[in-house]
Amino acid sequence: MERIPILRMGDFLLVTVQVEMHDQLALNLQEDLADRISATAARGVLIDISALEIVDSFIGRMIANISGLSKIMDAQTVLVGMQPAVAITLVELGLNLPGVATALNVDRGMQLLRHSVQQQ
Amino acid sequence: MSQMDQSIIDALSGQQSSIQAAWLANLEESGAARGVRGDELKKQTGDFLKLFSEGVAESGMDNLGAAGWAEAREFLEALSHSRALQGLDAQQTASFIFSLKRPLFDLFQRETSVDPATLTNHIAAVSELLDAMGLHTVRTFQKAREAVIKRQQEELLELSTPVVKLWDGVLALPMIGTLDSQRTQVVMESLLQRIVDTGSEIAIIDITGVPTVDTLVAQHLLKTVTAIRLMGADCIISGVRPQIAQTIVHLGLDLEGIVTKANLADAFALALRRSGLSVTKAS
Amino acid sequence: MKVTDKGTRPIRTEQDIVLARQACRKLAQDCGLRLVAQTKLVTAVSELARNTLVYGGGGDLDWEMLEDGVRRGIRIVFSDEGPGIPDLQLAMTEGWTSGGGLGLGLTGAKRLVNEFDLETAPGKGTRISITQWT
Repeated sequence: MERIPILRMGDFLLVTVQVEMHDQLALNLQEDLADRISATAARGVLIDISALEIVDSFIGRMIANISGLSKIMDAQTVLVGMQPAVAITLVELGLNLPGVATALNVDRGMQLLRHSVQQQ
Repeated sequence: MSQMDQSIIDALSGQQSSIQAAWLANLEESGAARGVRGDELKKQTGDFLKLFSEGVAESGMDNLGAAGWAEAREFLEALSHSRALQGLDAQQTASFIFSLKRPLFDLFQRETSVDPATLTNHIAAVSELLDAMGLHTVRTFQKAREAVIKRQQEELLELSTPVVKLWDGVLALPMIGTLDSQRTQVVMESLLQRIVDTGSEIAIIDITGVPTVDTLVAQHLLKTVTAIRLMGADCIISGVRPQIAQTIVHLGLDLEGIVTKANLADAFALALRRSGLSVTKAS
Repeated sequence: MKVTDKGTRPIRTEQDIVLARQACRKLAQDCGLRLVAQTKLVTAVSELARNTLVYGGGGDLDWEMLEDGVRRGIRIVFSDEGPGIPDLQLAMTEGWTSGGGLGLGLTGAKRLVNEFDLETAPGKGTRISITQWT
């Protein structure tokens, strides 16, 4: 089955979504991430969606779920690289993703994760 | 009228230069030639007369929509399109066709050997045909003008979106004048794009120069702030006037998580502080 | 207003949702919609195609390219022969869902497009038409 690769970078996990997301792929990613956070004791998860041209309510819900479940497993999620048109559409759709941390790109997201891990 | 008299068809194709001379004189007299170069007008009238006589020979004068008139129609569309772009007016463009009436009436009377009743029929038919062409020209002209206006409106919107860089990583959007929903939308989109292009983490929207906002614009402003957060940057709104604050409170809009400052200077100071910078006096 | 081109696509599997999104993105680009309007339309298509599949048991997507004076637009119609929506008012309530989603599908899609039209009756299926103009 098709899966989105999850890379490990030290204490953090990096997911770069580069293919068109269909619903099953999103569900798989959510499951895989939960397993990997647990197996690696990761402290943070970076999801790079800069290549995604749309985020609908299904993918939005997956992002919110990943953020929520990682928090319970003591890892912080940062969503990076959302395109302007996608952001405008999500807000119009009514999906504000409260509680999900965001950053402009992978570099900034990494800084944010390191910073918050140091503070704990 | 179904049957065209052959003598008229022959006259139309054989006497193009004399028709053209009379037509050009008419155009000159009516002022329809103004703003168009002489040689250009000569070519246009010549080309059109050729298409006209071909159209008559092939499809008669009853129906401008007939297949034989396709080239003449296209010619007129191209003509009114180019005139619209040159900034000529609709009347002038329509006169191009209407000035041809008189020369054709004269030609029919002069050249044909038909009885008066048939002649009257022919003149009525050519008159209706030219009316239809005139209308077609005006319609196309109108369409082309609307397209020009739409493009200019869009260009104006682009011009009124001055996103400026205040510091490395700090953008500002000083908004001036009354905001309508469409303008706000375009301005905000260009701000979001600039955030990505420059990798700026802080954007200041300064609305000191905005006297009032309506419900839609206020909502749009707040949506923009949320969209900026989703992209991973922060937004500060500065210069909120009392009336605008009233509107926002009155609407019950949620200002949770939105940072506001009294003026652009305060907002900039906060942006610098957040970037880990401080301003000190040089001794 | 005239229709310059039209076509139809099936919505029968999950993969069809992705294909519908891609096809509509292409149409939106050809139509000359701005990027944000394109993204909104494609997102609405994603929501509604999923509804057609999940609640309507599959159906069709019919599209039309429109021309109205200087405006150009796309109309997309989703139709299914599923159970229909018994309580339309409830279904159009923000946050309400019958399928365990976020309840943003219908109301959210409506906000993303210029025109939104819904016809449904219990047992008679559902027909949703959306239009986006340049």
